[in-house]
Amino acid sequence: MAVKVMRRRELTFWENLYLPQILSGLKITFGHLFRNLALHSAHSMGLLMDRRASATFQYPEELRPLSPRFRSRHRLTVRDEGTPRCVGCMLCETVCPAKCITIVAGEHPDPNVEKYPVRFDIDLGICVYCGYCVEVCPEDAIRMDTGILDVAAYSRDAMKLDIHELMNPGLRKPLPACSLTFPHQCQLTGGQMKGSWDEIRGQDRDED
Amino acid sequence: MIDLGIKVGLVIFVFFGVLNLAAVHTWLERKQSAIMQDRIGANRASIYGWRLMGLLHPLADAIKMFTKEDIVPAEADKALHTLAPFFSVFFALVAFAAIPFGDRIILGDRVIDLQIARIDAALLYVFAMLSLGVYGVILAGFASRNNYALLGGLRATAQMISYEIALGIAIIGVVMVYGTMNLQEIVRGQGRLVGGWLPLWGIVVQPVAFFVFVTAALAETKRIPFDMPEGESEVIGYFVEYSGMKFGMFYLADFLETIMVACLATTLFFGGWQVPYLLPDGFHFPWGATLPLAYWVYVLLGIGSFSLKVVVFCVLFMQIRWTLPRFRYDQLMRLGWLGLFPISVLNVLATAGALALFSEGF
Repeated sequence: MAVKVMRRRELTFWENLYLPQILSGLKITFGHLFRNLALHSAHSMGLLMDRRASATFQYPEELRPLSPRFRSRHRLTVRDEGTPRCVGCMLCETVCPAKCITIVAGEHPDPNVEKYPVRFDIDLGICVYCGYCVEVCPEDAIRMDTGILDVAAYSRDAMKLDIHELMNPGLRKPLPACSLTFPHQCQLTGGQMKGSWDEIRGQDRDED
Repeated sequence: MIDLGIKVGLVIFVFFGVLNLAAVHTWLERKQSAIMQDRIGANRASIYGWRLMGLLHPLADAIKMFTKEDIVPAEADKALHTLAPFFSVFFALVAFAAIPFGDRIILGDRVIDLQIARIDAALLYVFAMLSLGVYGVILAGFASRNNYALLGGLRATAQMISYEIALGIAIIGVVMVYGTMNLQEIVRGQGRLVGGWLPLWGIVVQPVAFFVFVTAALAETKRIPFDMPEGESEVIGYFVEYSGMKFGMFYLADFLETIMVACLATTLFFGGWQVPYLLPDGFHFPWGATLPLAYWVYVLLGIGSFSLKVVVFCVLFMQIRWTLPRFRYDQLMRLGWLGLFPISVLNVLATAGALALFSEGF
C-alpha cells in the first residue's frame, strides 16, 4: 500500500504575524455583519424584500419553499359536486408498500363511475411517503401536494386520516363535525353509514 | 454630606450603566454573532407580542438564572464555593471606580470629576483588581472538589498570570509617554495635538502597545480565542459545578471584564472622553474655524464620546470572539511568553529611547 505523506504547509512570515490574518478574518465577518444589518434595516422599511438577510426560516410563521415535486400529506381530489374523484379501484391500496391505505368501496349511482369509496383511511403512522399511490391512480384522485409537513400527534389513533380530512386538508383533529353529504362510513359517528345521494344527484337522476 | 451624596450618585450612575451594558452584552453576543453568520438570533421572548428584536432575552435569562435550582456538590467547600462567583463579579465591578468617563463638572464652587475614585495610581488599582479576579476563578475550581474544575481553574490562572505580565509591560509605555498613572491625567494628556492637527491619543504614540494590550487583555477576559479555561464545547471549565445565578455571575464577570478592557483601551489609547479638537469652550478646528459651545455641552459630548468608544470596542471584541478559532494551550503560552512579552519589553525600550531623543516631549 502506497503511503502518502501529507506535510503541513509551513506558515509564511506574513501569516506568522497573526495580525494580517486576523484582520482578513474580521473583514469577512464584518462584511457579512454590515451587509446583513443593512438588509435587515431595509426590510424593516419594506425595501429589498427579494434579498434575504439571513438563511433562517422562522418556521411556524414562515415555511421553507417546497419543491413542486415534494411529497407532503395526502389529499383526495374532489368532483364539482363535492364527492371524491376516487372510483374505489383499490390500486393504491394494493400498491402501497406500507399497507397504510384502507378503502371500502360502495356502489355509485352513476353507472359510468361504478364505484366510490365509502371509507378511505390512510394511517400516516405507517405511511412511508413513497408516493406510489399517487403514481398508480388512474383517476388523479389522490395527490400529495398539500404542503402539510407538521404531521404530528399525541396518539397513534390521531395519526389516522379518514375521508373527511383527506377531502379537506384544512381540517385538523379533533374534527368539528361531519361535512360530507354522500353516503359514507362516518368515522365521526363510530363508522355508521350516513348521508344519501338524493341531495347531490336527486332530481336529474330521476329524469334519466 | 453633599460630597458623599455626589459620590453615591456617581457610583449609582457607573454601576447601573456598567451592569446594563453587561446585560445588553448578552443580547449583543447573540444578535451580532447571528447576523454575521447569516442567522437571525434569539427573538422569541416577548411581552404581549412585543419582541423588541430579542432585547427581552436578557430579562428572560435573568429570571431563568434566578429561579433555577442552585446545586452545591456534596463534597464541595460550601463557603468558598459560594464565595467564588462573588469574588469574580466584585473585583470586575470595583475596577470601574477608577475609570474617568468625563471631564469635571463645575457646580457653583464645587468641582466634580466624573470618576468615582480619584486615585493617583489609578492604573495600578485597576490592574490590581483585575489580577484579584483570578481568585474567583481558582477558588471556583478548587472549591468544587472536581478535578476537571480544578484543572480548568489552573489553566485559567496560568493563562491570566502569563498575560498580565505582557499587559502590564505594554501599559508602561503609555505611562512613560504621559508621565502619570492617574487615568484622568492620562486622558487629559491625550487632548494635546501633535503638529496642530493629530490628537495625541495613545494609539498614535503607542501603536505596538495597543495591539499587545488588546491581545493580552482579551486573554485576560477568558473569551475565545483564549477560552481554554472554560472551553464551552470541549474542555470542562472551572465553573462546571455551578448552576443557576452563580454560573450566571461568572458569565456576568466575563462580560464585565470585557467592558473593563473596552474602557481601558478607550482610556489609554483612544483619548477616553476626549473629542478631537474639542476644548472646554468649543471646537477649535486645525484649519482655524471655531465653534463655541456651552460648558455642559462639552461635558455631555465627552461622556457620549467615551460611551461610544467603549461600545465600539465591545462590538469589536465581540466580532473577534466570533471570528477566530480557539488557540491551543501551548500556542497560547508561546504567544504570551515568546510573542507578546518580548514585544512589550522592546516597546518599552523603544519608548524610552524616543523619549530620551525628543526630551522636550511631543
